[in-house]
Amino acid sequence: MIRLALLLLLLSGPAWAISDPSEALPDPKQEARAVEIGQQLRCLVCQNESIEDSGADLARDLRKIVRTQVAQGKSDQEVIAWLVARYGDFVRLRPPIRWDTALLWASPLVALLAGAAAFIAMRRRPPQAPAPLDAAEQKRLNRLLES
Amino acid sequence: MNRRLLLGIPLVAAGAAGVAFYAMLHGMETGTFDPRGTNSMLIDKPLPDFTLAGFTSADVRAAGHPVVINFFASWCVPCVDEAPTLMALAQAGVSLWGIAYKDKPAATDAFLARHGNPFTRLARDEPGTVAIDWGVTGVPESYLIDANGIVRWRFTGPLPLAATKILAEKLHA
Amino acid sequence: MIAELGHFALALAVAFAVVQAILPLWGAWRGEARLMQAAPALAIGQAIALIVSFGCLVAVSVNDDFSVSNIYENSNTLKPLLYKITGAWGSHEGSILFWCLVLSLCGGAVALFGNPLPSGLRARVIGILGVTACGFEAFCLTESNPFTRIWPPPANGQDMNPLLQDPGLAFHPPMLYAGYVGFAIPFAFAVAALLEGRIDAAWGRWVRPWTLGAWCCLTGGIALGSWWSYYVLGWGGFWFWDPVENASLLPWLTGTALLHSAIVVEKREALKTWTVLLAIGTFALSLSGTFLVRSGILNSVHSFANDPARGVFILGLLALIIGGALLIFAIRAPTLGSSGLFAPVSREGALVLNNILLCSIAAVVMTGTIYPLFTDLLTSEKISVGPPFFNATVLPLATPVFLAMSLGPTLSWKRAALAPAMMRLWWAALIALAVAGIASFGMNALPAFAMGAAAWMVAGAVAEIVERIRLFRVPVANSLQRLVALPLSTFGTTLGHAGLGVTIAGIAGMSMAASQIVLMHPGDSIPLAGYDFKLLDLHDAKGSNYNARVADIAISRKGVPVVTLSPERRAFTTQTMTTTEAKIHTNLLADLYVVLGDERDGAAVMRLHWNPLAPWIWLGALIMALGGACSLVDRRLRIAAPTRASVRVGTLRA
Repeated sequence: MIRLALLLLLLSGPAWAISDPSEALPDPKQEARAVEIGQQLRCLVCQNESIEDSGADLARDLRKIVRTQVAQGKSDQEVIAWLVARYGDFVRLRPPIRWDTALLWASPLVALLAGAAAFIAMRRRPPQAPAPLDAAEQKRLNRLLES
Repeated sequence: MNRRLLLGIPLVAAGAAGVAFYAMLHGMETGTFDPRGTNSMLIDKPLPDFTLAGFTSADVRAAGHPVVINFFASWCVPCVDEAPTLMALAQAGVSLWGIAYKDKPAATDAFLARHGNPFTRLARDEPGTVAIDWGVTGVPESYLIDANGIVRWRFTGPLPLAATKILAEKLHA
Repeated sequence: MIAELGHFALALAVAFAVVQAILPLWGAWRGEARLMQAAPALAIGQAIALIVSFGCLVAVSVNDDFSVSNIYENSNTLKPLLYKITGAWGSHEGSILFWCLVLSLCGGAVALFGNPLPSGLRARVIGILGVTACGFEAFCLTESNPFTRIWPPPANGQDMNPLLQDPGLAFHPPMLYAGYVGFAIPFAFAVAALLEGRIDAAWGRWVRPWTLGAWCCLTGGIALGSWWSYYVLGWGGFWFWDPVENASLLPWLTGTALLHSAIVVEKREALKTWTVLLAIGTFALSLSGTFLVRSGILNSVHSFANDPARGVFILGLLALIIGGALLIFAIRAPTLGSSGLFAPVSREGALVLNNILLCSIAAVVMTGTIYPLFTDLLTSEKISVGPPFFNATVLPLATPVFLAMSLGPTLSWKRAALAPAMMRLWWAALIALAVAGIASFGMNALPAFAMGAAAWMVAGAVAEIVERIRLFRVPVANSLQRLVALPLSTFGTTLGHAGLGVTIAGIAGMSMAASQIVLMHPGDSIPLAGYDFKLLDLHDAKGSNYNARVADIAISRKGVPVVTLSPERRAFTTQTMTTTEAKIHTNLLADLYVVLGDERDGAAVMRLHWNPLAPWIWLGALIMALGGACSLVDRRLRIAAPTRASVRVGTLRA
């Protein structure tokens, strides 16, 4: 049912509508900054898009808010913090660097080290001595050596 | 011996992942795990300040009793499904205050006339900015505010009939 | 009637698969030649059964038989014929049947082309493919049956999602599935080798063509999907680090590592354990991708309907297949035998570095994709991991791969000297620096560096051929002779590496794309990137199952007309959904890209893009796939297993 509500929200505006030119801030530098912030914010009613790429109504509202705050001179962190206060870390496409995302952000290093360690561990092998011969094989060996 | 342990790691890792995914699937079937849901930031916090024609956050705090705030709209199909449940809740004595989200007043009134008006008080949030302060992502969404103005529970989607029981539990938790 | 025939054929295929799973493996274990020789026939039987079954599904779709619930849910009388056919693999049930079809064709291919293999290995490979097929066909027959009927039959169907009614998307699944499922063959080879207890150079040589084939298809499938999202979704993006895209990238990364690792097994009988693990892992990743998408766990534009019950079945299958393989690996891998030694600086060393880096990238992408799920499960906190994370973590790991790619093939086996190898590439380095320098005039630092890296990759790839034909060190005629005599797999390597360079250049170019979103009235002209875009008019058009609104844009450069593009917005009649059809004009160096948006008072919101080097992204992928195909065709890869020569009585000397 929740899905239905969200799906309808998606379809309520024209699906895949492109953004309105009148949304853009007049100052190109501010607009560029707003776009950059927007690309880090998740469209909450879409499947995995940023608010800049989405045509959903909620995305448009959030874009407006970002631009209003940028025009007011708020810093990137302040804008994102404002949205996180309302929607949680879920709205951030770039996960925060905290103790509970430590493994996530450390994964490149951990993967490299693990790979290197595995490789080194596999190389360290005691030379395989051949298995000792049993009685019948020993007799056969003796016969061959003597002939 | 060392090598054998090392070679067993992929199996152990795959096994752990398998158990975790099973737990997720089980959670999805029982309703405890919802990969598509979002969490509300307002739980156990005071309700956000807002002023709308209809009522304000001060009015909610001044009410002195628990209030359920329901965001709805006339263009929202699940809200139609929810309407009878809300009427039943209102009759059971739950204090329902509605906020019409991004809805033209005429359309809202027509909706309430057609499906019944369960709301003690009604506000209109046409631009949708108040809803953003609440962290609303769609309609219908309902919030339970206790007598002290603290948000205790949020439900996304149409409220189920069992809501009265859940509401009672949440208030006495 | 046809649906019942298809249903029966599917059940027959399951029967074949069960026998195929049991007899050859038993035969190989016991050394019974007749049971082992039964394997190819069983595999071909299964393939035929599934061809019939899938054919019936397509026939039912083309005939508009809405009493079959799958057709009712996904088709409509107004749907164009092409999509009635290709839509057979668009729904969940149809795509699972298609999956099974490709798996059975893999078994059939090993049956038909696997004659050079020793009969025990071939029997085991087919047997393991049978085990896998059993599981998935049983799943298809019970949980995802495309042939279930509904009664009374409705008059018309619900139509397919309009986004899927597109030529690019029609062909993306078959290629992708050929890739995903194709990796079942190297998987089967790996488990077979573990069961036999032997991996040698011959195994390395036999497994490579199958790996190449699957890799080529997967490369093509991913590229098609990326290209499709570029021209359909309307804002020029081509990769979103969407969970399902990541799920397709993971087997590609480990599959590439597998390709390179198998070379070391073949040439030096080293890295055996690692190669076997990669073969198991790549198929495991494609299976896991299937699971995650269909169970509803992953949040994505690609996901099929949410169905946890279905997910549990697939999870069970995975536990059996992947868990079983990894268990066999844990038990049998130590018996694989010692490997050749090599110095850290050597071609083997470079390939090990390649493996570690590629697998690290895969590990990072996998972590990023499933981290939100695990966080939610363990702490009920919701976080998102999106493009900013992946771009920040993958690029630093990928850069060493790009740089080492050109150096690796110049190193010798077992022990190499780094300095002389680097000296041989002095001219490639010079070209790379020059390109980076020139690029920095038009681009920011990172894209300029990427252009330099791309040039390094292409030049380095060509360097191997230059070395082999001893260009400028012997007479030109001699060089040309050598060029013609070069084995195809050398061109395969060159094209493969150069192709990646071209793709990187394309991505770098895209980062400098220019765009304008503007409200245009008919007659308005907007300049962008040296071109003029003029809106001629807005009018209506009609398709078979949609009504469209069309804008005509005339594009000219300095007054000379270049092209007229007509982007559309389509409103589908059955599924109330609007889609945008962007129109693209390419001259293979850049794309001109136009999208039509909302209309207001006779004016329309237009989105105009100039995407430099965008076509190179997919051109590069095409070149990579071509390289793979070249290597595949190389005769040296098809050398047979030694067979006993028949000896005439009387020729033996006492």
